[in-house]
Amino acid sequence: MTDSSAVSITAVSKSFGRGSAAVRVLEDVSVEIGQREFFTLLGPSGCGKTTLLRLIAGFETADQGRIAIEGQDVTQAPPFRRPVNTVFQNYALFPHLTVEQNVGFALVEQQMPAAQIRARVGESLEMVRMQSYARRRPAELSGGQQQRVALARALAPRPKVLLLDEPLSALDLKLRKEMQIELKLLQAEAGITFLFVTHDQEEALTLSDRVAVMQGGRILQMGAPREIYETPTHRFVADFIGDINLIEAEALPGNTIRLIGGAQITHPHQAHGRVTLAIRPERARIVALDASHLQARVVHTAYLGTALVHKLALADGSTFLLRQSDLDGAQPSLGSQIGLSLPADSLRVLVQ
Amino acid sequence: MTGSPALRRLGLLTPALVTIAVLVGVPLTLLFWISLLQKGGSSGVDWASVPSLANYIRLVWEEDFDGTMILNTSYLVILLRSILQAAVTTGLSLLFGLPVALWMAGLSRGQRDLMLLLITIPFWTNLLVRNYAWLIILREDGWFSQMVDFISPVGPIQLLYNDLAVVIGLTYSFLPFMILPLYAVFEKFDWRLLEAAHDLGAPRSRAIRRVLIPIAMPGIAAGSLLVFIPCLGAFVTPALLGGGKTLMLGNIIQMQFGASRNWPFGATLAVVLLSLMLIAMVTMAIWRNRRVR
Ligand SMILES: Nc1ncnc2c1ncn2[C@@H]1O[C@H](COP(=O)(O)OP(=O)(O)OP(=O)(O)O)[C@@H](O)[C@H]1O
Ligand SMILES: [Mg+2]
Repeated sequence: MTDSSAVSITAVSKSFGRGSAAVRVLEDVSVEIGQREFFTLLGPSGCGKTTLLRLIAGFETADQGRIAIEGQDVTQAPPFRRPVNTVFQNYALFPHLTVEQNVGFALVEQQMPAAQIRARVGESLEMVRMQSYARRRPAELSGGQQQRVALARALAPRPKVLLLDEPLSALDLKLRKEMQIELKLLQAEAGITFLFVTHDQEEALTLSDRVAVMQGGRILQMGAPREIYETPTHRFVADFIGDINLIEAEALPGNTIRLIGGAQITHPHQAHGRVTLAIRPERARIVALDASHLQARVVHTAYLGTALVHKLALADGSTFLLRQSDLDGAQPSLGSQIGLSLPADSLRVLVQ
Repeated sequence: MTGSPALRRLGLLTPALVTIAVLVGVPLTLLFWISLLQKGGSSGVDWASVPSLANYIRLVWEEDFDGTMILNTSYLVILLRSILQAAVTTGLSLLFGLPVALWMAGLSRGQRDLMLLLITIPFWTNLLVRNYAWLIILREDGWFSQMVDFISPVGPIQLLYNDLAVVIGLTYSFLPFMILPLYAVFEKFDWRLLEAAHDLGAPRSRAIRRVLIPIAMPGIAAGSLLVFIPCLGAFVTPALLGGGKTLMLGNIIQMQFGASRNWPFGATLAVVLLSLMLIAMVTMAIWRNRRVR
């Protein structure tokens, strides 16, 4: 994949601080991002997303490992020699320059002829529908407008890769949804690789071709949104993305798993001893109460318009969420004991 | 207070207006009035003389023995030299002040406060005393002078009682006025903007020229005014370190009010000086306004 990769990160580690005060922020991170891919780094606050982005942009240097852009090793290259541009979380627009001067900044640096700069700036502003604001200053724009200008500014020099550090986090929900769609369209139009950072799992799933879930400086799982959502390999990934039920169980030899309450089910696994089972709320089924199924008591039922969500209590006291989309079907009454079927194709056995 | 809002605003403004009128308006009017009179008596002013522009004419034209007017450029030369000295001092202050202010802005909170204290400490001592200190440093047998002579490839250099000494003394005296406003803008400066500039392809020096300097411009302008204007009227430093040889406008004015007992001519020079400062400030304001547009 090395030749066709837009960004290739190989075994990169990074620590801040020196000596005993050193803190490992990235640990042996390797990622290959394909051409024109919309790739998202997803993870909780402080997991090292920004640091990884800054390493790619060149604002920090890696302690170990190699970073290549379009096959070109840039591990030691300064930021101004890398064919990437960044949309900063705080936009970082130049307050003393007008919108068009901001967008043309990189083009002036490239010593492009003035007429060409004007044309390119116009094009870029048109892409984000900000032509009529060309002569304003950043302080005279709303948050969403500033965001668009930041985008246009980063796109104007036609970088190979665009790095976006939580560009939508400062916007309100409605504008954010609008901008998500626009970002996606823009990426298709510009044909540029996007490396997007967010801690919003919904945003990650909606926008991305592929997602890398990070925790504590490591990439836990990488894959298409659907893959991450439906077949999480880590407890953390399962828990971080969407609602999921995590139940304790015991793995027995012969592809058997003993559930809470003693019921045994057959499910392929390589584990042994205590494991965690993961199942999405919409995947479990209500069945008649018997010894071969997990038992649960209905604690609370919430009506969500398109579905019912039952809050159930298992025998060990843990909570289990069940989402019932079939509103016309039989509904368990409050306080009743029910059986739960866990379909094998939706059940994941997770390592801790 | 009742009545119309305009009336009420006037009421609130009264103390400020009175203060300005008494402390600024009256003395300035008096100064201008005196500049139109003739010298006389023991008080330095002949209050009964007929007001005229004679003193202003005397700045450029001199009456010869036979009554013909001849051009006298000595005051113009002093004026030009004062402007030049003030400009050189401002330039040097900027040269030294810029790196210091930049460096200070990068320090931790506590270190910054310490630096601010160190920079303001000289103000606790009288300007005269500090200039005497320079007198000792720059003297031929002073340590600085000896050191310069030691490393100088062209033999001993006369450091005292010349323009160089005055510029050194002035730069020293007014440097804090350059550093403080510069520091104020650098402290608020968002350093991520420089990263953004790097990201967009600007190497360090280009990023500083295209982003840092323009944003710091208000501080540079304020600092330059704060150095240039008092330099123009300085008289202690030129008198001490210039050894009376290199006269500046401030010295002449002081002489007219002192030894020469010619208040009207002193007032005339003061009015000229004030006008120059006013021109400098207005120029700066117009220039800054145009940049903001
Ligand atoms: N310059 C630095 N010096 C020391 N520690 C740092 C530095 N920059 C980041 N860190 C630490 O590295 C860790 C990762 O930081 P990073 O900014 O990459 O997190 P993030 O995933 O972007 O978080 P967020 O979602 O909150 O932006 C954090 O614990 C942070 O405190
Ligand atoms: Mg971050």
